[in-house]
Parts: sequence; C-alpha cells; structure tokens
Amino acid sequence: MENLETLTRAALDAVNAAADLRALDEVRVNYLGKKGEISQLLKGLGKLSAEERPQAGALINEARDAVQQALETRREAMEQAALNAQLAGERVDVTLPGRGELPGNLHPVTRTRRRIEDFFAGLGYDVAEGPEVEDDFHNFEALNIPGHHPARAMHDTFYFGDGRLLRTHTSPVQIRVMENGKPPFRIIAPGRVYRCDSDLTHTPMFHQVEGLLVDQNITFADLRGTVAAFLRAFFEVDDLAVRFRPSYFPFTEPSAEVDIGCTHCGGNGCRVCKQTGWLEVMGCGMVHPTVLRHGGVDPEQYSGFAFGMGIERLAMLRYGVNDLRMFFENDIRFLSQFA
Amino acid sequence: MRFNESWLREWANPALDTEALMHQLTMAGLEVDGVETAAASFTGVVVAEVRETAPHPDADKLTLCQVFDGSDTFPVVCGAPNVRPGLRVPFARVGAVLPGDFRIKSAKLRGQPSEGMLCGASELGLEDLIDGLLELPDDAPVGTDIREYLSLDDNIIEVDLTPNRADCLSVRGIAREVSVLNRVPFNEPAITPVASTLDDTFPVTVSAPGSCPRYLGRVIRGINPGAHTPLWMVERLRRAGLRPIDPVVDVTNYVLLELGQPMHAFDLGKLNGAIDVRLSSEGEKLALLDGQEITLRDGSLLITDASGPIAMAGVMGGAGSSVTDATCDLFLEAAFFAPLAIAGKARSYGLHTDSSHRFERGVDPALQRLAMERATALILDIAGGQAGPITEVASEAHLPEPAEIALSATRVEALLGIALPVSDIADILERLGMHITEAGAGQWAVRAPSWRFDMAIEQDLVEDLARVYGYDRLPSRLPAIQGGGAAQTEMLLSARHLSDLMCARGYLEAITYTFVDPAMQQALAPSLPPLALANPISSELAVMRTTLWAGLLTTAQRNLNRQVARLRLFEQGLRFVPQAEGELLQEPMLAGLVYGSARPQHFDDKARKADFFDVKADVEALLAAGGRTGFRFEAADNDVLHPGQSARISLEGEEAGWLGRLHPALAAKLDLPKDIYLFELRKAVIEQAKVPKFAELSDQPAVRRDLAFVVPEDVPAGALLDVVRQACDARLREVRLFDVYQGDGIEKGRKSLALGLTFQERSRTLREAEINDLIAGVVSQLKQEFNASLRE
Repeated sequence: MENLETLTRAALDAVNAAADLRALDEVRVNYLGKKGEISQLLKGLGKLSAEERPQAGALINEARDAVQQALETRREAMEQAALNAQLAGERVDVTLPGRGELPGNLHPVTRTRRRIEDFFAGLGYDVAEGPEVEDDFHNFEALNIPGHHPARAMHDTFYFGDGRLLRTHTSPVQIRVMENGKPPFRIIAPGRVYRCDSDLTHTPMFHQVEGLLVDQNITFADLRGTVAAFLRAFFEVDDLAVRFRPSYFPFTEPSAEVDIGCTHCGGNGCRVCKQTGWLEVMGCGMVHPTVLRHGGVDPEQYSGFAFGMGIERLAMLRYGVNDLRMFFENDIRFLSQFA
Repeated sequence: MRFNESWLREWANPALDTEALMHQLTMAGLEVDGVETAAASFTGVVVAEVRETAPHPDADKLTLCQVFDGSDTFPVVCGAPNVRPGLRVPFARVGAVLPGDFRIKSAKLRGQPSEGMLCGASELGLEDLIDGLLELPDDAPVGTDIREYLSLDDNIIEVDLTPNRADCLSVRGIAREVSVLNRVPFNEPAITPVASTLDDTFPVTVSAPGSCPRYLGRVIRGINPGAHTPLWMVERLRRAGLRPIDPVVDVTNYVLLELGQPMHAFDLGKLNGAIDVRLSSEGEKLALLDGQEITLRDGSLLITDASGPIAMAGVMGGAGSSVTDATCDLFLEAAFFAPLAIAGKARSYGLHTDSSHRFERGVDPALQRLAMERATALILDIAGGQAGPITEVASEAHLPEPAEIALSATRVEALLGIALPVSDIADILERLGMHITEAGAGQWAVRAPSWRFDMAIEQDLVEDLARVYGYDRLPSRLPAIQGGGAAQTEMLLSARHLSDLMCARGYLEAITYTFVDPAMQQALAPSLPPLALANPISSELAVMRTTLWAGLLTTAQRNLNRQVARLRLFEQGLRFVPQAEGELLQEPMLAGLVYGSARPQHFDDKARKADFFDVKADVEALLAAGGRTGFRFEAADNDVLHPGQSARISLEGEEAGWLGRLHPALAAKLDLPKDIYLFELRKAVIEQAKVPKFAELSDQPAVRRDLAFVVPEDVPAGALLDVVRQACDARLREVRLFDVYQGDGIEKGRKSLALGLTFQERSRTLREAEINDLIAGVVSQLKQEFNASLRE
C-alpha cells in the first residue's frame, strides 16, 4: 500500500502529460482499465484481512476517484480546446457587407401622397382618381370658371386644340365623383396636374391632392378643424400654428388660403418664409352652390367643403428639399435619399 | 396693386403701425406681398438754393457754386450739367451719410474747396428722371430736410389681389377696406365738378352699348405742353412702379391709381369726324402706343374715329392719336367697358396693361364722372387750359344692376358654424356699403354698392361677413366620422402593393413627365401618332407618351451621363393611346428599367450583368403577387425590344405587357448602352388578384423523378412544360426545369432540358406502377409533340 500514493501521483502526472484524447484514453486504460494498475490493487484487496480491508479499500477507491476525476477534467478541457479551435477557424469579419439586393424606395411625392392618403383614410375618406386629359366642362365650367373668367388666366392651361386639355388641378375629380354617386361624399383625389409654367418654382407637371366632403350640416368650422388636424398630423407638430386667410376660388365660397407657422424657423422669420413667419400650404373653402348643382347635388339640402394642396410643396417643407425641379429630374442621388 | 402707405393714410388712417396694418390687410383677404421703404436710408440732406456759379479754373466740367442751406452759404464744387443760379436742389452737408454708407466730408476738388455735395435723384436712392441734379420746385422751403420734404419716410406696399377684389385695385378701394376693418373715417378728398369754360365737345356715338354701357368724353384746350408733373405726383407714381411720362398721361395714371378708373387722353387735333365705340371687323389694323401694329380679329372692342381704329378699348391707345409733348388740346375719355368685352381680349393679342387688368376684372360702373372731374381738375392745375362740358353716352339697359340678395342669419350659421349676432351682421354689411332692408327677424334684402359687383349670391355675403368678423375668430371642429371607407377588396392589388414590391426588389421609383420628346416618342412607337399638345412648354415636352419607357429611357440617359453604373427604376402612371374616332385611352401602366450588375457589387460574389432572366424574375414576382397563375410569356416582336429577347406577356389571351432587352439599334440611336432591359405592364391586367383558397395538406410521400429530354433547339421550354402538365393529371404536383444543356454529347441543333417531376396523391401513397405510367405518358407525348428523346 506504500506505493498507492506514488501510483496515484504517477497516474495524475500521466493525465497531465497526455497530449490528446487518445493518449488520455491510454492513461485511463493503464490505470483504471480492467488490467489497470489501480484496478489491480482493488482486485488485490481480497488478499487482505477483514480488519485491513475496509480501510485499504477506502484509500484505493479514493485514489481511483481522484484519477477518474482528473481524467474527466482533462478530457473536458481538451474537448473545449478542440471546439474553441474549430470555432476560431470559423470566424468571419462581421463588418463585411451582406450579400444580395438592397431595397429601393418610393419617390418622395409618393411617400408624401401616402401620408396624406393615410391620414384621410383614417377619417373615412376614400381615394378617387380621374383622367389627366380632361374636358373643359370638368376642369372649368362645372367648377364655376366660365370662358372668360380671369381665373382662367391664372391656370396657364395646356390644350390639345380639340377642346381637351390637361387638367390644371385635381378639382375636376370633385365633379366626376358627385356625378357618379349620391351624397354624402368623403373623398380625396391625389394625382398629376399640369400648368404651362416653368421656372425656379414651377414645373409644368406637379401633384395635388383634392379633398371633398359633402354632407348635411357641414360648415366652415368642419373645414377648419379637418385642415388643421391634417396639417398638425402631417408635420407632427401638435401645436403647429395654422391660420385661415380669406381668399378666392371660383369653386368655393367662402374661400380661404391656409398658412402654417414656418416649419423652418418656427415663425420667427427666415428665407424660407420670406421673413413673414408663415408658409402658404393650401387653398380651401365651402363648395360653391353652382358646383354642387353641376355635380347633381342639391345645395339646399347638402353643403360641403373642398381643399386642395400641392404634394411637392408639402414634401419640400417636410424634407427640406430646396429645388422643385429635382422632383422630376429623377437623379438617383436624389431619389435614393427618401428611403 | 402697388401704392405708398402715406397716400393710403391720407384716405384712412387707423391707429396701427405699418406691420399691424399689413397683417390686418392680409387677414382680410388683401394679401400683402411685400413692404419696402420708399427710399434708401440717408441723413443730412436738406433743400438748398444755388446762389452763384462760376466755372472751375482748372476743370472744364466742374462748376464752383455758392450754396445757401437756409442759414449759411457754402462753397461746393459740382459736376452736374444742370446746375445754375436760383436752382433749388438737395444738398448733402458735410457730415451727411448717403445710401451705401457714403459719408460727405469737406474736400478740395482740383484745388477748390467743396463743403458738401449737390445731389441727383439716384444719389438719394431715387430714380433719375434727368441727367444731373434733382431739380426741386422754386417754392421748396430752403433748409427743410429732404426726407421730410419728399415724404421719403414712407413704405411701398404691394398687395396681391384675388380676381374678385377688383374694387381694391386703387388707393380708394384699399382705404375703404381699411376704414371698414378699423371703423375709422373714410376721408375721400373733395372732388368738385370743374365748371366748363368752353362750349367745345367732340361727338361720341356708341355702336356697341353692350360692351360699352357708359362713355364719357371731355374736350380740354390750351394746356401748356411744357408743363412738368409736380414732384409729389411723380413720387406717388414712382412708388406705385410707374414712370412719369408727361403731365396728361401722368394724371390719367394717377387717377387710375387713386380711384381705380382707367382713362385715356387723345390729342384732339388728331381726331377726325366723331368717336364711335364699336366692335372690330376681321383684318382691321391698329398701330399701338407701344410701337407694335396689330391686325384685329372680329369682335374686339375699339374706339374709332372717321379714320378708323384709334384705340383698343380699355387696353391700349393708338400711336396715331396719342398725346405728345406738343399736344395743347385734349379729348379725355372715361368709360365703363363690360368685363366680358375686355376679358381675354388683351391676352389674345399678347397685351396686358394696368387698364385691361382692371376692366376685365371690373371697374365701378358709377365711377366715370368722378374720375373725369378729378382728372380734369388735376390737368388744369398742372398744365392750365380750359375744359368743355362732359359728354356722356350711357345705356342704362346695359349697365350692371346690383343684385338684390336675400340673406338669413340661419344661412350664416349653417355656413360658418357660428351664430353671428344679428346686430353684428347688419353692422358689418352697412360698413361695407351694402344697402340693407330688414325682411323679417334675422332676414335681410341686401343690395351691394356699385363697386362690389362680385356680390351675387348669399354665400358671397357670408364670406364678406366672415372676412370682416375675422376668420381667426370662427370656430373649428373635426366632423364626426360616419361609416368607414369602402371595404378593402382582395380582388385587386393596390398600386401601393405593386410599388412596395418593386422597392423591395431594389427598384427606385421615378416620376417622369407625361409629355415627352416627339423624337423619343417616334423612336419608341413609330406607327402610333401620339396626342400632341397645342401649346407645349418646350419642343422636348410636346406629345403625350404612349409608353412609360419614354420617360424611363430619358431618365436613364440623364443618370448614365453622370457615370451611374447600375440602374433599377420603375414608374406607375398613365399612358395616352389615341383610339379610333378621336377617342383616347388613358391607361394606368407599371414600367421598369434595369441596367448594370445583376446584384450590388459584393466582395464574395462574382460580378455579372443583369440579363433577361434577372428582370423576368422581377416581372414574375409582380405577376405572382395577385395569386393568379396562367401568365404566359411568348417570343414576339416589339419595335423597342431586341428581336431575340422580347416577350409578350398575356393572361388568358389578354395582353398583360412586354419584357425584353432594348433593341441594339434603338440603343445606338438613343446613345444608350445595349444591355438595358425594360418591362411595361398593364395594371388593369396584373392587378387582378385571386382570393386564396385553402387546400388540405397531404401527409402522403411525394416522389420526385428527374428526366432529361433532348429536343430540337428551337422548342420553347414553356411549350415543353405545358405538354408535361397536359400529359399528367393532378397527381403531378410540380414540374421544375433545372438544367438546360447544349454541347458535348448532344447532337448539334438539339438541346437537353432536365425536368424534375414531383408526384403526389393527397389521400394515398402512389404506387410505383402509377408513377411509371405517368412518366411513360409524358415521354410519349413529348416524343410526339417535339420529337423529344430521353437523354441516355
């Protein structure tokens, strides 16, 4: 039994010296295998007296457990090291770019148009569309703009020489919707419109959204509330200053221009608002009875409001675009900024 | 409308500073577009008198002057040609600061002392009318600060008027508004009739009374042709943006600004026979004041005499009868021309004048006599002369009659959402000059004054009530939502869905002009004459597109010119296709353009250019979005596309669109690279969606068999697959083409197509024999249809 201690130490040394799992298994066989040295000692216990046996047995078991434990620990360490080595070999540079297609994005006009549509959809408005090549009746006559009305001069209309024209505003959709349905009406009509005008602040094609609500007991107060709620939601400014100025459109009476507190300077006066603190953003008013009649609606029974806004104007203010013409140059360096 | 503030305040002067007054005008619907100071800032300039002059001993062009400023006399060296003893001029004393921060110091000019500077108009920030010093009237008080003397501490106000407010196209009109809004007196200057001291008249007939319901004329004789317009009037005209011309024209312009009545003065000596106001006949000619000769069309309103047209009524006078610097005798005109007689006329001849601007919007039909008296008095005052009696030709039947409008407080509340007090309603209307008669409780009969011809219906009155009451004070509320919008259909794909899909696949959305270059349009659709604009904004934007490719290709050109290496663009919008009998199809389309690498460059990815099949995958994704199967691609010719890489897409026989590579010849013509791919789809076809229908899932094993067939190389794979599907039944769950091969081992002129066929029966396991039968059927059908053989 004197050599048990030596044997144990030798076994533990061998465990530590084993270079790999196979060497380690050899160590196990040499000491703990059927014919292993420690196993042999346990088998030799039978030769001892009954008095000596328990104590010697306990000592040998202790030695065996110690070696067993050392073997386990060593194996786990080796397996862990092997796994670590494998994982280290599988390392990638996570800062390298991913593979495959990157998403494109919508045009800023569409992006803005959707925000407008979504707001009004939430208030129960449907989206309506109309033709872009229009007739004189829907674009002018029905909207209370007869042949020689001075307002026609402001419209700079594109003509085709056969009575047809490119719509100068989305307002004709009002008429088409009323002609084809029965009140109440609650629609917005986004789309392309055209004016024969091109300079720093005008492009011959641009986009408007027309809104129309016709029902019983609709007042100017409803118009104010609706427009103000929209503008505050659109610009995400709860206390956005909104003011209504008397104005004139042949198809509404009373009419108003709507100004908001300058989104650039907060109303203090800057280049964007020409030092006025206010930005004109849309026109609106109570639908003129003549227009209701042209749409087949009885103005004694129904009233309504209409509003119209330029999508590019709102997009420019919202996103800080400083040149209208960029919207239609489709430079991808511009387009891709609106992801 | 441009005018100066001090003039306005002579007529109505509320206790508001400039800023508050401007805000008030804007909020009353007279939008103030801008306010600028009447003169640049400067100090230290007074009215002075030149006492003596002597030539400079050492400089030909300089004069030595003795200048008296009311208390002292200073030596001043002056270079102006018009300096002379007795002249009163602006004098900048030593210490004065002129515009541009120019400081006046005592100096020596060519050896002579100069204590200050005599000023021309431009040196004070005003407009030079003559070359030299600004000549002040002989009664200009010497020593007075020039800013005070010329009222230069004034503002120029620009008001942007809406077309309905023609009544505000004058200082009088604006002042009337200011007076109403502030409840301050309306100080109309006393305009008294000028007693005629001559009996002379000039005969006037009006042959077109509908177009000219009122015409006033007056002869004035013996004016001094050398008279000058007084400085105060010159300054008011200048501040309104008008250049002084001569006293007579200046007075008519002044009256136009002051009262809003356009007038015209003829040289009496150049008139023949009698005035007739009539409509033109086709081909008549008139040489206008601005130098151009116009050929008239039928039905333009003219002022004529025995010699023919002498003015285009309400627009511009003729050159032949105009006042000149030799004119001594005048015939002065003040008329009311009906707006419809003038509207659009000036424009149709390419003319726009202050006069036509007012007449086409409407002039107060009761204003002519007042204006005539005002102008006569001013002319006599400035240029002397004697006036004859006024000749008036009026047709009461054609003069506009102010409408009688019924107004009820109920209607006011129904429109504005607020019950305005009945007393407020009556008060505001009266202040606006409306004649009101009570017609019951809260009901009135209202007649607008002659200048408010824009008042026609009850709503017009309500707007004016709201305007004066203040839009800001009106209530605001969000109307209750009744019912939702239309139910969202699953039978149609929305434009949004399609756009989102394109974006997710790497496309940028473009929005291009719907009118395009005729050359581009012609190149893309040579056999389809497009709808052409009558008045295009430019020759490059002249016809309506029949395909969205026009705009996308132009966009590609522009971007590629900036060395862009990769483009993926799409657009949604209408194309405009002329149909038989002048009809026009305005059809919503979705189009795309692809150029450059198939995928964004990646370090671990072999760079490859996008080809037909990359783009086809995008199109297939769009077509699959609605859940409809049955879209077919077939090789077909298209003017725009490469004949070997062009597919017509259809659904149940209806054309759904086109996909292909840009035709190389077209690419060369458009200076574009050859490997551009295009597609254009008709939204009406591709937006048709199918409501998904659930099918039981099967736990039965699926069996896949891979087979390679060798067929002649011109057999389309799509046709082969169709036959495979026809040869089997529902037990063929899927057929997939996974390899196309030509080359070693395959006879020349033939190709191998490898198909993976997956068989499955929902409720039971397929037997081997069944599968073999199905495959045998496929093999035999393909043999029969395409002479296909199984590849060994």
